Amino acid sequence: MVVAKPGLDGHDRGAKVIARALRDAGYEVVYTGLHQTPEQIVSSVIAEDVPLLGMSILSGAHLTITRRVMDLLREQDAGNTFVLVGGIIPEADVAALKALGVAAVFTPGADLGGIVRTVDRLLTSADTVLEPTC
Amino acid sequence: MSSVARSESGLPIQAVYDGWALAGFDPEVKLGAPGRYPFTRGVYPSMYTGRPWTMRQYAGFGTAKESNERYHELVGAGTGGLSVAFDLPTQMGYDSDEAVARGEVGKVGVAIDSVDDMRTLFQGLPLDKVSTSMTINAPASTLLLMYQLVAAEQGVAGSRLTGTIQNDVLKEYIARGTYIYPPQQSLRLISDIFAYCHKEMPRWNTISISGYHMAEAGATPAQEIAFTLANAKEYVRTAIAAGLDVDDFAPRLSFFFVARTTLLEEIAKFRAARRIWARIMREEFHARNPKSQMLRFHTQTAGVQLTAQQPEVNLVRVALQGLGAVLGGTQSLHTNSYDEAIALPTQKAARLALRTQQVIAYETDVTRTVDPFAGSYVMESMTDALEEAALELIRAVEDRGGAVAAIEQGFQKSEIERSAYRVALEIDNGERTVVGVNKYTLDEEEPYEPLRVDPQIEIDQCERLAALREERDNGAVRRALDELRATAQGSGNVMVPMREALRLRATGGEVSHALRDVWGTYVPLDAF
Repeated sequence: MVVAKPGLDGHDRGAKVIARALRDAGYEVVYTGLHQTPEQIVSSVIAEDVPLLGMSILSGAHLTITRRVMDLLREQDAGNTFVLVGGIIPEADVAALKALGVAAVFTPGADLGGIVRTVDRLLTSADTVLEPTC
Repeated sequence: MSSVARSESGLPIQAVYDGWALAGFDPEVKLGAPGRYPFTRGVYPSMYTGRPWTMRQYAGFGTAKESNERYHELVGAGTGGLSVAFDLPTQMGYDSDEAVARGEVGKVGVAIDSVDDMRTLFQGLPLDKVSTSMTINAPASTLLLMYQLVAAEQGVAGSRLTGTIQNDVLKEYIARGTYIYPPQQSLRLISDIFAYCHKEMPRWNTISISGYHMAEAGATPAQEIAFTLANAKEYVRTAIAAGLDVDDFAPRLSFFFVARTTLLEEIAKFRAARRIWARIMREEFHARNPKSQMLRFHTQTAGVQLTAQQPEVNLVRVALQGLGAVLGGTQSLHTNSYDEAIALPTQKAARLALRTQQVIAYETDVTRTVDPFAGSYVMESMTDALEEAALELIRAVEDRGGAVAAIEQGFQKSEIERSAYRVALEIDNGERTVVGVNKYTLDEEEPYEPLRVDPQIEIDQCERLAALREERDNGAVRRALDELRATAQGSGNVMVPMREALRLRATGGEVSHALRDVWGTYVPLDAF
């Protein structure tokens, strides 16, 4: 999977902790580094040919960035990529992100075990409709 | 249960400290008097018995006009100094109308594109009376010069301006991530700022060397002070190499640390940091002026310890954190608002945060005597242990060739990330209690409506920029930016041509792009 840090924000503690936890759970994780544009993130997803993208956004730009990423994924025939968003996301925006097609949203206090389990479920039963976690 | 408790830095904490803890302890050597070398007890003889610390609340969002209104409120509510939060495009040296800025304008701070925005930001605030701290790093030079230009319009000379620019780019590579240029070029820009301010703005704190963001990224208290002081040594060496005398700039160096809820270790950390810095400055850099040896610092309470769950509990955490900062002798303090794990603070939450400081200052007795923990068995033991642990880490940085070389090898970042991951695992497996998150949880959280930034701000800001580009003398701006590029290629002080360009209403983005043209940008080694 690709773990990405979109936008101009440089606080990557969360992204790195999640990347490590998923790696320790046995996944191959590519971390994009800071300051990625939606275009750069989508080309990483395509170049790495991964089924899942996790984005960490703390700056409040989550709706703008996610909308653009989802559009680009669809445009480039990667619309079936599972997209997870983590960060400081107000409750009301969780539904908005899901309406954009995000599979799960994780907000402060989400436990690592739960995040790993969500990824496991998504990747093992890609056809099942999921109970989204937040 | 393990037999010996461990501090956040991983140092042992004994169940009981007794006379043995201070065997051989010489207060003359270890403490000195308050306001005297090695400043363990504080940088001033009377500390808060004379006057309390500066209550400095970090604020700013949306447009310059909205932030200006918040500043007027804060000044009215009794805040002693302003602290400007800039949005991410401003912090990264981009204008609001660039593609990379989309969705970020005005979100985490105020958008400042030109001297026009800076003028609006400080409308009605007399710059000779208010002291202003600006959290700006890679483009610190640009924002400082805009401030000086606005002050000049108010008739206030640079020599009367007081405040701080963060200007600590080294920690951006390690933790905060808003870097632009490569380390060597960033250091050159910083020493240009030191030299410029020594002449033009002698009362300005030219840098705030920050452990805060490293701590937020996961650094332990020992890592926080060690990596901060190692960065500080790099700045001092750079300025000396640029031909400045240590006592000409060192009195204007200031520091910035976190205050965690682990009160005792935090107090020890502040005391240890002062002692280490005093010795480094006197023994290694031969600073003579006592002001060069004093570690003066700002503190902010730990944002990362706040929870989105049961957010009102954060009020209690912040009170404890703020108390630690005060008992540790901070010069200024920002207390976080209880809703900051959810969004930018609402006005009510921001006011409560300030009230928390006012209770500590005016209702408790901790301000009535200096360094109340001095001589305590546990406090002096913890101070010594932290000093030793930090010195060892500073040596580890120096052995790698100093802070910049260690950054290029990814040393500090990987040490900090290891600590962060350990904490996350401890929370996950319940070894570490976070009230309301992994213990004492509620079945259902109360809904909370956070403050939101109006998306119209981005559109308005772009329109203002379009008008500015229309009105100004674009030929003169182009020539001024060329002059800036030429100076950046040589060894002259870039502050002078930069000021001229900004005066002609060049934007912050244009100035940063001109320097990017010459200096390039930093690409980190990103592993995890």
